[in-house]
Amino acid sequence: MKRPKEFFPPLDLVRGRVELSHGSGGRATAQLIEELFVAVFDNDWLRAMNDQAAFEPPPGRLVLTTDSFVVSPLFFPGGDIGSLAVHGTVNDIAMAGARPLYLSASFIIEEGFPLADLRRIVDSMAEAARATGVAIVTGDTKVVERGKGDGVFINTTGVGSVPPEVNLGADRARPGDKIILSGSIGDHGVAILSRREHLQFETELRSDSAALHELVAIMIAAAPDLHCLRDPTRGGLAAVLNEWAHQSGVGMLIRERAIPVRPAVSAACEFLGLDPLYIANEGKLVAVCPPQCANDLVAVMRRHPLGKDAAVIGEVRADEHRFVEMETAFGGKRLVDWLSSDPLPRIC
Amino acid sequence: MKYLEAFRDGDLARRLAVVIAAEADARRRYRLMEFCGGHTHTLARYGLERLLPDNVEMIHGPGCPVCVLPTGCIEAALDLARRPGVILCSYGDMLRVPGKNGATLMKSRAAGADVRMIYSTLDALNIAQEHPEHEVVFFAIGFETTTPPTAVVVKEARRLGLKNFMVLCNHVLTPAAMEGILDVPAAEAVHVDGFIGPGHVSTVIGSHPFERFASNYGYPVVITGFEPLDILQAIRQLIRQLNEGRAELENEYSRVVSREGNLKAQALMAEVFELRDEFEWRGLGILPHSALKLRAAFAEYDAEARFAITQEAIPDHKACECAAVLRGAKRPEQCKVFATVCTPDNPLGSCMVSSEGACAAHYSYGRFVNTAPTSNVPSP
Repeated sequence: MKRPKEFFPPLDLVRGRVELSHGSGGRATAQLIEELFVAVFDNDWLRAMNDQAAFEPPPGRLVLTTDSFVVSPLFFPGGDIGSLAVHGTVNDIAMAGARPLYLSASFIIEEGFPLADLRRIVDSMAEAARATGVAIVTGDTKVVERGKGDGVFINTTGVGSVPPEVNLGADRARPGDKIILSGSIGDHGVAILSRREHLQFETELRSDSAALHELVAIMIAAAPDLHCLRDPTRGGLAAVLNEWAHQSGVGMLIRERAIPVRPAVSAACEFLGLDPLYIANEGKLVAVCPPQCANDLVAVMRRHPLGKDAAVIGEVRADEHRFVEMETAFGGKRLVDWLSSDPLPRIC
Repeated sequence: MKYLEAFRDGDLARRLAVVIAAEADARRRYRLMEFCGGHTHTLARYGLERLLPDNVEMIHGPGCPVCVLPTGCIEAALDLARRPGVILCSYGDMLRVPGKNGATLMKSRAAGADVRMIYSTLDALNIAQEHPEHEVVFFAIGFETTTPPTAVVVKEARRLGLKNFMVLCNHVLTPAAMEGILDVPAAEAVHVDGFIGPGHVSTVIGSHPFERFASNYGYPVVITGFEPLDILQAIRQLIRQLNEGRAELENEYSRVVSREGNLKAQALMAEVFELRDEFEWRGLGILPHSALKLRAAFAEYDAEARFAITQEAIPDHKACECAAVLRGAKRPEQCKVFATVCTPDNPLGSCMVSSEGACAAHYSYGRFVNTAPTSNVPSP
């Protein structure tokens, strides 16, 4: 008599929860990887079920970057920890002027985390990766005891390749250079805050989480001698400008009137006592370019959906104190200081 | 009207600055004290002082409730936070004010104390309900603006029958602090010509408590809001009063401040709190009838009573000049340790901690001006 085949129940992705066994490296782990990660991310590397992914080195210099994502809440208007994990690392690669190619994805999951939520996050990552043209080629899964993790933490590491003529660096800002911002600031941070348990307020604001590599590509094509490029995430625009000022040994002067801020962001910042300059963005970039390129660069950016509100917001100047100053809306001047801590916890 | 835009109109501000320069009499100085820390913050954030003529000087007053609490108050909170089973709830700024030896509530968290930042008194109440096994203490600070919300949660705690909720009451009173500035021996007095009166305190207690500073003390007072145009308008009104030899209370913040104030809030405050005989203020010394404590009827919600707290008198750091800055006797940049040893990362005293503190405001927004501000008044 033929023995009936052993029956391994599939993952219950609707009502099931992550258990410690899913992180133990045994059959439960393999099942989680196969039935969720491999099934959703769906590429040859993952289907091979190796511990690593091999690929031919692309032409040009390699760029490697890593980022961990601990955002709370996990799901927010305009995105979730999954899409953020893809966009964030893709953007770090893009800010080197590089083309994003491959990502790894490591998950640290708390025991008891609903599989339905994990599925939602993984779907979101896959969607973001597909739209960006990157493949998630390898990963890791750990499970920690209930109470020792905040739902899920994700780390993504990314590889990209940058053409030889691109030379971006935080120390390349020079007096006379122009500072360009791709769009409104503060959207992501405020969207996150609107979902924090004790702060809930109604808003139509959504996170601006987006992959910026295409925008960067057209910017570099229009202005190959771009000096600096960065996405203002934690610490906001103020942090990036201060970092550049310090590393380049220069000062900066920006104009409040030129900086796009949505009315909903202004309003929320007012009643929470926050300054949009210090709030994280996940789909914006700031650039420093030689003065003669600035107008063309802004024109080119405005033709791309992620740069439609692009604007020159100020210039770099000589300053031994390396201050970033701002001309306020009526001609007064104030410092845009370098804060030592984030005004908001866990927003990316 | 969109308040944020209308009251921050740059063109209007420029025109006001020109008017102020025209009305200010070049033969005299105008020394105007803005009492509220919120006003200090606005002055710094919008660079308003650089729009004023050289003979109009703003003196920063002690209206920052974080700044005026002496180190002993912080130590009392730290002591409670370190006790096992206690959850200490506090507004954000208090977490970074240094107590003895640089200890802060934030650092005590890293050492294992359960200290939670809250935005509203109701958050503290919710925490008490969610954790009946813990004693939840709300570190209540502030002038009259924040006092009614504390009264509300004390009453709510009673209504809910909570046994584990307490308030560590450090609420202080504004008119008393203004008297503290003015009632000093002549040798120590800071020369002030007029006051920008508190904005949100006045929404609660009304504008009438400030009338006596005009009628009895002879100072012009203009109560104003926190937008930059509010402050420029108030400065203009003060200059006009001084030029005309008047000393009156004017209410520029009429969109939210009335003469009698919020009667319901005042009733709540009177029901739950009573005056302390005296209270030690950083910078102003011991002032009589200047602070509040819970009434005996609410003793079960009074952390001082339940924990038998006695407050230590702890001197400020040797180099700290917060006391002088709070009285308006020194500007932040005149303090020897300003922006050298004392910075927001490493504050020696309270003025460098709160965003309403004069030192923090100047450090964050204005320290690029190394000398006293020179005028940036635009030509008409």
